[in-house]
Amino acid sequence: MPMTITEKILADHAGKDMVKPGELINVRVDLALGNDITAPVAIREFERIGVATVWDRDRVALVPDHFVPNKDIKSAEQAKMLKEFARKHQLTNYFEVGRMGIEHCLLPEQGLVGPGDLVIGADSHTCTYGGLGAFSTGVGSTDLAAAMALGETWLKVPESIKFIYKGELKPWVSGKDLILHTIGDIGVDGALYQAMEFTGPVIEALDMDGRLTMCNMAVEAGAKNGIIAPDEITRRYVEGRAKREYVFYNSDSDAAYAAVYEYDVSQIEPQIAFPHLPSNTRPVSQSTGVSLDQVVIGSCTNGRMEDLRVAAGLLKGRKISDQVRLIVIPGTQEIYLQAMREGLIEIFINAGGAFSTPTCGPCLGGHMGILAPGEKCLATTNRNFVGRMGHPESEVYLASPAVAAASAVLGRIAHPEEVA
Amino acid sequence: MKKLEGKAWKFGADIDTDAIIPARYLNTSDPAELAKHCMEDADPAFPAKVQPGDIIVADKNFGCGSSREHAPIAIKAAGVSCVVAATFARIFYRNAFNIGLLIFESPEAAAGIAEGDRVAVDVESGVITNLTRGEEYRATAVPPFMQQIIAAGGLINYVAERVKK
Repeated sequence: MPMTITEKILADHAGKDMVKPGELINVRVDLALGNDITAPVAIREFERIGVATVWDRDRVALVPDHFVPNKDIKSAEQAKMLKEFARKHQLTNYFEVGRMGIEHCLLPEQGLVGPGDLVIGADSHTCTYGGLGAFSTGVGSTDLAAAMALGETWLKVPESIKFIYKGELKPWVSGKDLILHTIGDIGVDGALYQAMEFTGPVIEALDMDGRLTMCNMAVEAGAKNGIIAPDEITRRYVEGRAKREYVFYNSDSDAAYAAVYEYDVSQIEPQIAFPHLPSNTRPVSQSTGVSLDQVVIGSCTNGRMEDLRVAAGLLKGRKISDQVRLIVIPGTQEIYLQAMREGLIEIFINAGGAFSTPTCGPCLGGHMGILAPGEKCLATTNRNFVGRMGHPESEVYLASPAVAAASAVLGRIAHPEEVA
Repeated sequence: MKKLEGKAWKFGADIDTDAIIPARYLNTSDPAELAKHCMEDADPAFPAKVQPGDIIVADKNFGCGSSREHAPIAIKAAGVSCVVAATFARIFYRNAFNIGLLIFESPEAAAGIAEGDRVAVDVESGVITNLTRGEEYRATAVPPFMQQIIAAGGLINYVAERVKK
């Protein structure tokens, strides 16, 4: 029977020849992940299970990234729990400040996740790794605790929805714009419990950073996972990085889908998600009246090398508006170093921006860029819920790094072509 | 047979986990602390007015957004006996079962119940009774495997039993 890429990965990890949507299965996990917010709860629950140690010390990754470098004493206590647990169980993949990065930028970069993997993480954006052709999904702390003990978890096989992107991309339109447009089309529960499979010539030509961005935001449509078939671009990305063997899976041409959406991307311009839902999207040309107090470039969605290059390209030789704070946050230390080598950090600083050590920080209203009542921020992050970046009366607008850079220059939401 | 009864607090569609428990309080996972801020960004008065046994009733996609288990923990620790919604977001749904917060999916109940109604829920049959309006609704059946998790008292107890065998 024909299967989708998601179904094939799940079947192999369940030790079955085939699986069908709706089926409850027990699957082997290749990597289980937690961060400084979710792992403390998982560690407490793990200790109640009654096992001596984790199932595999190479396959449990703990990445303190949300409130680190520790923003206050309570956050420090949470981060300390991770460090002590990692030491006690001799985890190979614990990442201290200075060696860490935002989890979903770090793990692909370090080759700790790869094509064909099944990964669960106590963070909703774990779905990012679908960009590599992996099945990966967010779970809660208790699920993480169980997986740390058993090396397996239970899943319901999701139906798949196929998204086909055709046509020629307009200038300045990125993976971020494609996924925002898609969420705007189907809604924040448009793919509830389902797999979003991104296909078509536009995806085949999209670089890995753009693919990771698209899969990262699948959860904003309610999806269980986002996934893109691995190809030469994938192979080039994982070669030299992968720490384990990987497998390329592909959907059968006659696999069954719950729905198929087709987009002509030549009709799509850069997108803005207005407060307070990622689905509340408008084309940038209809959004230029919004003045801004802050611009954030970074996060697990858009804190990668290509994102910083695009933003710096627009900011080179320019000053940002007096009205605006610009905060740029690289996804990992390696990205930080590379940005330094390429002279990008100098561009951001000369433009009047701040450049930070890697952290999730402002994306979830943690630290490093919290908003006061009435303030408006345009961010390359993934959520714009009420109070997401600070005071409940502040506002977050989501967009691509190119739109963010142009908007920082003009002090209002701007199309990149206005400053390019 | 276990029956829950309480006053309904009504919320709209797409209530996200940042509204249920804002990230500014996630530097702790102490249930009592989290309960003090439960639903704060959806209704700032909620933590003060909710009474033990009360029921949250919401429209579609309740609990969308982050994977923070702090969300169902805050609701449970605030004394809420169960959540009834038209639909639940995926991770919240799992988390609720795993930690033993009772949730019931029922579009009819979400539409029929108004704020302040007295509501009774029969946990096993999933029958939801609106005592104020004399109406009855049915919740979507829970898969047998998830019933086992509930019967064990949450996922960790279930796994601990398995590990012992």
